[in-house]
Amino acid sequence: MKAPVSWIRDYVDLPADVTTEDLAGRLTALGLKLESIHRASVDMRGPLVVGRVLTMQPEPQKNGKTINWCTVDVADANGTGEPQGIVCGAHNFAPGDLVVVVLPGGVLPGGFEISARKTYGHLSAGMICSSRELGIGDDHAGIIVLPPDAGQPGDDAMAVLGLDEETIEFEINPDRAYALSLRGVAREVALAYGVAFRDPADRKVPDPNDDGYPVAVDDPAGCPVFVTRTVAGFDPSAATPGWITRRVRQAGMRPISLAVDVTNFVMLELGQPIHGYDRDKLSGPIRVRRATPGERLTTLDGAVRELSPEDLLITDNSGPIGLAGVMGGETTELSSTTTDIVIEAANFDPVSIFRTQRRHKLPSEASRRFERGVDPTIAAAAADRVAELLVEHGGGEIEDGITQVGQPPTPRRITIDADLPARITGMPVDRATTVANLEAIGCEVRADRYRLTATVPPWRHDLTDPFDLVEEVARIVGYDRVPSVLPAAPAGRGLSKDQSLRRRVGRSLAGAGFVEVVTFPFVGTADFDALGLDAADERRTSLRLANPLRAEEPLMTTTLLPALLRTVARNASRGADDVAVFETATVTLPHGGPAAPILPVDRRPTEGEWDDLNKALPAQPLHLALALAGERERGGWWGEGRPECWADAIQGIRDVAAALGLEVDVRAAARAPWHPGRCAEILLGGVSIGHAGELHPRVCQAYGVPARTSVAEVDLDTLLQRAASVTPAPALSTYPVAKEDVALIVDQAVPAATVAATLREGAGPLCESVRLFDVYTGEQVGEGRKSVAFALRFRAPDRTLTEPETAEARESAVALAVERHGAVRR
Amino acid sequence: MSGPNSDYDPVEVTPLKEAEVEAMREAALQAVAGATDLDQLRQVRHDHAGDRSPLALANREIGALPPQARKEAGMRVGRARGAVNQAIAARQAELEAADEERMLAEEGVDVTLPWDRRPRGARHPITMMSDKVADVFVAMGWEVAEGPLVEAEWLNFDALNLGPDHPARTMQDTFWTEPTDNHVVLRTHTSPVQARTMLTREPPVYVICPGRVFRTDEYDATHSPMFHQVEGLVVDEGITMAHLKGTLDHFAQSMFGDGITTRFRPSYFPFTEPSAEVDLVCFVCRDRSPARESCRTCRGEGWIEWGGCGVVNPRVLVACGVDPDRYTGFAFGMGIDRTLMFRHGAEDLRAVFEGDVRFSLAFGSEL
Repeated sequence: MKAPVSWIRDYVDLPADVTTEDLAGRLTALGLKLESIHRASVDMRGPLVVGRVLTMQPEPQKNGKTINWCTVDVADANGTGEPQGIVCGAHNFAPGDLVVVVLPGGVLPGGFEISARKTYGHLSAGMICSSRELGIGDDHAGIIVLPPDAGQPGDDAMAVLGLDEETIEFEINPDRAYALSLRGVAREVALAYGVAFRDPADRKVPDPNDDGYPVAVDDPAGCPVFVTRTVAGFDPSAATPGWITRRVRQAGMRPISLAVDVTNFVMLELGQPIHGYDRDKLSGPIRVRRATPGERLTTLDGAVRELSPEDLLITDNSGPIGLAGVMGGETTELSSTTTDIVIEAANFDPVSIFRTQRRHKLPSEASRRFERGVDPTIAAAAADRVAELLVEHGGGEIEDGITQVGQPPTPRRITIDADLPARITGMPVDRATTVANLEAIGCEVRADRYRLTATVPPWRHDLTDPFDLVEEVARIVGYDRVPSVLPAAPAGRGLSKDQSLRRRVGRSLAGAGFVEVVTFPFVGTADFDALGLDAADERRTSLRLANPLRAEEPLMTTTLLPALLRTVARNASRGADDVAVFETATVTLPHGGPAAPILPVDRRPTEGEWDDLNKALPAQPLHLALALAGERERGGWWGEGRPECWADAIQGIRDVAAALGLEVDVRAAARAPWHPGRCAEILLGGVSIGHAGELHPRVCQAYGVPARTSVAEVDLDTLLQRAASVTPAPALSTYPVAKEDVALIVDQAVPAATVAATLREGAGPLCESVRLFDVYTGEQVGEGRKSVAFALRFRAPDRTLTEPETAEARESAVALAVERHGAVRR
Repeated sequence: MSGPNSDYDPVEVTPLKEAEVEAMREAALQAVAGATDLDQLRQVRHDHAGDRSPLALANREIGALPPQARKEAGMRVGRARGAVNQAIAARQAELEAADEERMLAEEGVDVTLPWDRRPRGARHPITMMSDKVADVFVAMGWEVAEGPLVEAEWLNFDALNLGPDHPARTMQDTFWTEPTDNHVVLRTHTSPVQARTMLTREPPVYVICPGRVFRTDEYDATHSPMFHQVEGLVVDEGITMAHLKGTLDHFAQSMFGDGITTRFRPSYFPFTEPSAEVDLVCFVCRDRSPARESCRTCRGEGWIEWGGCGVVNPRVLVACGVDPDRYTGFAFGMGIDRTLMFRHGAEDLRAVFEGDVRFSLAFGSEL
């Protein structure tokens, strides 16, 4: 909402020395938030200066016109101090006059840029302006001749002409619909400064009669009030007075014609949207009703609208002629030949307007006001004001007939405890203040001993609940007076186990050289294809968005890998070839559950309702994914770097598990998007929680990530759940350790982890650890075989182990490996 | 061992004469002093303090003396041997120290050589900011509440007094999921977590809810379809706007330093009434002239828009099963990304979501 300060001042006796900044500041403190202050006349830019005409040479032209070749003194405003040569078509001035000159580089209203240009055989460097050209009047007959004492050549003419008039633009919240008018803004200004307010809607309007244009309202709930007035004999060619076009323009609308400008002007002034009909194009009485299925309407913007039975229509005998409160129809539009105008000022149900506007994606100045609520008591005054202005500036006469169908609803009453504002705001607001402030916003207040009953003014659709009145009182007392008191919460238990473990996971990965990233969860089927997921892969079952931002990414992802790979690719493209990244985020796994219920809001949901609601939501487990590309350890003066490999991805998960006090198992698996020979399934207590390893080469290619990029993705929720809340302390034996190395030759296909587990099992309780330290394949061990070497450590809790004891344990370990895996000792 | 005692004189055994012993001592000490490395010193020890050194041999002669002369000769030889041993030990220590010094000097390295074999990692600043915020409130006894990103429409809107025809429902452009009559949305704010909290806990409730939210905003330098919010909710007996102000002032000071205060401006949110926008005094210029005029953080405003807040609308309490006659509450919410941007002077929101490792790495391990 843009409110010219001069217009505001029409309705309030604001002290002359109040600055626009102060005004905007006070209104912001009241809840009309300042967006910006516009200074120069709308869409106009200088240099616009005062000039003195030095010479004028009339030059008759072939086309019969006579132009004046003038030199004008603009002092130093043109940078040279030399007189400015300008061609001017007007004749109402003489050498010595002060005029208004726009110099090259200036922009006049309408985006008209001024430059020095060749015309009538001269280089005309600027323009001597008429008031119309400056958007401050409609006198185009001649240029503006300033009074002799208006200023000196070179002075800023904007100031001289008052073009630097200020307009405040506010952001109006949905609850302050009344402030979508000068009437509403001025009312707030009066409140802010404690000055008197003159209500522009307060006008003497003749009573309605039966002689007006006939109207029937079939849906009084949708249209509680409908008023018509008629102006006949209007001159459609009459120009809009400059003060109306200026204000309409200042308020951000485009002047079009007198009739349209007047309706817009009155809407801005009073907040009542107005629609005008060409009476000659109306056939029969106006009827307000809901649309019937299949009906269509061509709206003013030329679009053909398929109507819904929920749409409220203005109709006549020809059918629909307007989408009530949203946009008029083409057939009855005011035109350049309209002489008889039927003025509609009506009130419509906000919800109906909101739905129609949304259904047809047709937000308009009118619908913006109706959907938030228009004062239902001012329709007649607004129609009267429109009729008055039309006749004043366009001639004709106002017909006597006045139609009014319906009556404004009875005002709402809200009762509050007198101390409610104090109790809710924490400010010492006494009863008298509360009453005074409620009255200041237009309420009538009746008080009994403990309670106040406020009758809400008709323009305040937002005031429905006791707390609404609290806000009104509080904003007038001033939010800046709310004291600052820290509430004492009961003792809390800190972060939950999950919450602190999640931090631990992130810190441990960061410590291991991984950089955390945050990505969007949106993917497309192209991602699933790029990952190489087969048609039956459960990760293709994803939740689809009805209105995705990008048509090619309409799905909520089921895996963190696509976004992570895009991140790796982006880093690579920016020169970071060696990256290790991770993300923890939820994925969305729909299960085809029932719809989520829309529950009542006047009570707590029942347990059943609550369960139904939660069951309708997809599973959203927290995943952890990581990716590595390039070198895991850098090369340098110390020697070669080490490229990352499948094992780093697996170890990343092992490290996370270790940080949580857990140990994961790993076994070979084949799963997209991993390299089928370099993919590990990660198991926790026998349950699969995810996979890790090297990416399939085709996936690397598809995402443009470096070859041999490695990734892992696991269900972090399961890891967190299994993390022990209390880790048992280890019993440390201080007896010496006995070390034994064992090298075994087994088939290539036997996983090292299996051999290790076997050794551990065979070695018995004295075995402290089994660690693989070498793998060898080659001629010495034979085709299809490998040698795996393990370091075994033995220790007893209560004694130093003897050599025979250790040897026995070692032999028993080897024996089991021989038995299980056909291992041969090397 | 000396030869047969040809000139046996119980008093005059030549090697034990005072002058002889003194000469042996002098020779030994000179040799010690002349040893320039440990090898030489080892030879000196062998020659002058070993089993066959002159002093050792002299010592054996003592037994040949008459008993009355043995004591004096023994003392003489013993003193001399002691002096020699002492000198050797001292020289040994000297030479070892010099040796060590030489070795350490030789082992010197260029400590400015890099050793960045292992790349650094980092958590994301948004994560760290969320943690920091949570810590401020956990320190006051609050708890951290969480909820799903894909949320029931009822919890995202209806329960929060945003009915189906509420104009505010279009203010927050919502991602809807298919089929739309399943009434499931991507949460547009963290407020459904507040509703969940009230529905699953008994008052008093003091919770902070950080999390990801979604709006159908085009992705540019200041907008993103996904961003992060943090909301706080208190429901207790006797809660007022003053408690809200006190909490936000404390929050502001914890995040931006002592003396930072907040300012309320009337605003509108369906879930709170009264509602306010909360501004933060600029933590750089502190709204003081002349620093303010050129302040880039607040762009000369002196204040920074931080978030929204208000008294929980009793309608929300009712839908969430809280008795509005007994309890009141307050709620507030702000953007974590936005807070990160103005606190750290980040210019482009996209840096948060692009995953460029340089961004996360720049913030270290805590904010």
